[in-house]
Amino acid sequence: MTEPSVALAGSTLPAGDDLDLLLLIRHFELALLDLFGRGELNGTTHTCLGQEYVPVALRGLLGEADHVFSNHRGHGHYLARFQDPAGLLAEIMGREGAVCRGVGGSQHILRDRYVSTGVQGESLPVATGVALHLKRTSPGALACVFIGDGTWGEGAVYEALNLAALWRLPLLVVVEHNGIAQSTPTTRQMSGTVRARAQAFGARHHGVETSDVAAIRRELAPLVSEVRFEGRPLVVEFATHRLGPHSKGDDTRPPEVVRQAEANDWYRRYAEADPARFGAADRAQRERVAAVVAEVAARPPAGWDPCA
Amino acid sequence: MRVAENLNAALHAVLEADPSAYVIGEDITDPYGGAFKITKGLSSRFPDRVLGTPISESGITGLAAGLALCGDAAIVEIMFGDFVALAFDQIVNFAAKSVSMYGSHVPMRMVVRCPSGGGRGYGPTHSQSLQKHFVGVPGLSVYEMSPLHDNRVVLEEMLAAGRPAVFFEDKVLYTRRMHDVGDLFLHDHLAGSGGTAGAARVFLEDPEAADCVIIAPGGMVERAVGAMRRLLLEQEVSCTLVVPSRLHPFDVEPLLPSLRRARAVLVAEESTAGGTWGSEVAHRIHAHLWRDLRRPVTLVHSADSVIPTALHLERSVLVQESTIHDAVLEALRD
Repeated sequence: MTEPSVALAGSTLPAGDDLDLLLLIRHFELALLDLFGRGELNGTTHTCLGQEYVPVALRGLLGEADHVFSNHRGHGHYLARFQDPAGLLAEIMGREGAVCRGVGGSQHILRDRYVSTGVQGESLPVATGVALHLKRTSPGALACVFIGDGTWGEGAVYEALNLAALWRLPLLVVVEHNGIAQSTPTTRQMSGTVRARAQAFGARHHGVETSDVAAIRRELAPLVSEVRFEGRPLVVEFATHRLGPHSKGDDTRPPEVVRQAEANDWYRRYAEADPARFGAADRAQRERVAAVVAEVAARPPAGWDPCA
Repeated sequence: MRVAENLNAALHAVLEADPSAYVIGEDITDPYGGAFKITKGLSSRFPDRVLGTPISESGITGLAAGLALCGDAAIVEIMFGDFVALAFDQIVNFAAKSVSMYGSHVPMRMVVRCPSGGGRGYGPTHSQSLQKHFVGVPGLSVYEMSPLHDNRVVLEEMLAAGRPAVFFEDKVLYTRRMHDVGDLFLHDHLAGSGGTAGAARVFLEDPEAADCVIIAPGGMVERAVGAMRRLLLEQEVSCTLVVPSRLHPFDVEPLLPSLRRARAVLVAEESTAGGTWGSEVAHRIHAHLWRDLRRPVTLVHSADSVIPTALHLERSVLVQESTIHDAVLEALRD
């Protein structure tokens, strides 16, 4: 199969709050890499640089009653849902006010109907259980699961898709196909296609080639509605790009591959399309994140009793 | 009443009492009613909440965890306990972790039922007792079915605890009568040990005054009581059998007075050798009673072997009544 490519979005910038959110996520992730570089973060993290538009587009299609399942690369998913950079950063830094008291860290977060876990494919069967519950108790609500192209190596994905299609569960699977699973290109870890996999289970599949937030919503709105009210699982496959390393400093891709990802980046396109408006929004979010970093870093450590 | 009937009635009762309770598993619906007929009648009474599934142990265990995450109660039947290995990730890395890894207590009302153990000639992959692999997982409880514990009480306890439990059910036990300890012995419950249902005790006259204490889960009761009978009649050795319902976390403190007085303490289980539940129990006892014990706790378990299919070979590997009998005499020898 071929490398995914993102068709150029138009020169129109997203609406103000969408652009702000895109930039918030971008600067949040850049700030994390900077903190790591300075040795101020414990453990590891996985940034979603380049993929920010996926959860930003989806937030316009999801409601409070919907459950969202995120994964190891979940900062964008969380920020798109809650716009709470301080709570998330406190979680990652182990500071007071952390969403999960510093226990879960970057990849294990639970807040209201949002949950993330760090094991590939694990959340799909769980999401089918949640979807079953929703179908019974709040018709019209759905369970949305973010996975990557690499996640399709896990058998749990197939068990869950089979159950969801068989029982007509309101399950929305969002595949962020960035062409690389940690360090392994998709061409070396996946035979066949995501589309054929979805279709094999009778689940609907839809490919998204653009990074234009408004266009994505227009495309997906009727399909997501079918998930809600007709109980037909939907697999939405975003052709996207991961700009940064898998975690930190572990990017072994050839320079031309990274350059191609950068050429597709929404950030550069929007900056060139409307330098004045973009520049102002960019500056505002950069400063917002810088203030959050300074404020959270000064907080005392998070408290938690392992035996409580 | 047979143990299978007691368990079936318990499942009926849970579904009847709790409209958010589900029973999920392969081939569990009527008219088949499960490979061991434990779920018989459930799907006819509760068709929306008793769900026959594809052969997907990982998937259905994850599905149960999703229901539990939403506040429902979910009971999964793994057709043969051996197959729970396929669901290990969902149990260990999701369901049990979720109780605490998000920084605050997340109640997970979830039970994974595992028909287990040998003695029926099902061979190496359908006869195991995998309890030991679930001991010491934070947030996870391990229970074992017993003919001395009402399954309704045990099921309610597991669900009320708000943390996932793996429930091991010795397959041979399904056909046995509840509370059957023969004509020689009495039985009672020791409060505060082995879950709120308490550890059951089988004894001659005074449970606190025996030459030997045998700690063994439900699947071992028949063999242990058989050994106790022979020891009494042939050797005039008195034993008290302690049968916990909850194997982990294990409450050792209430047992200490009687253990201190005994001349020998054994832990017997069907698990194959190595990293056993019994070694964990023994360690706990040693930590409390090292100076009072005459000798270290004796571990009785099956051989370090796969479980063969042929009857004579299977017997040579699995713990028998004679294994316990001989181990007690050996422990009392010096």
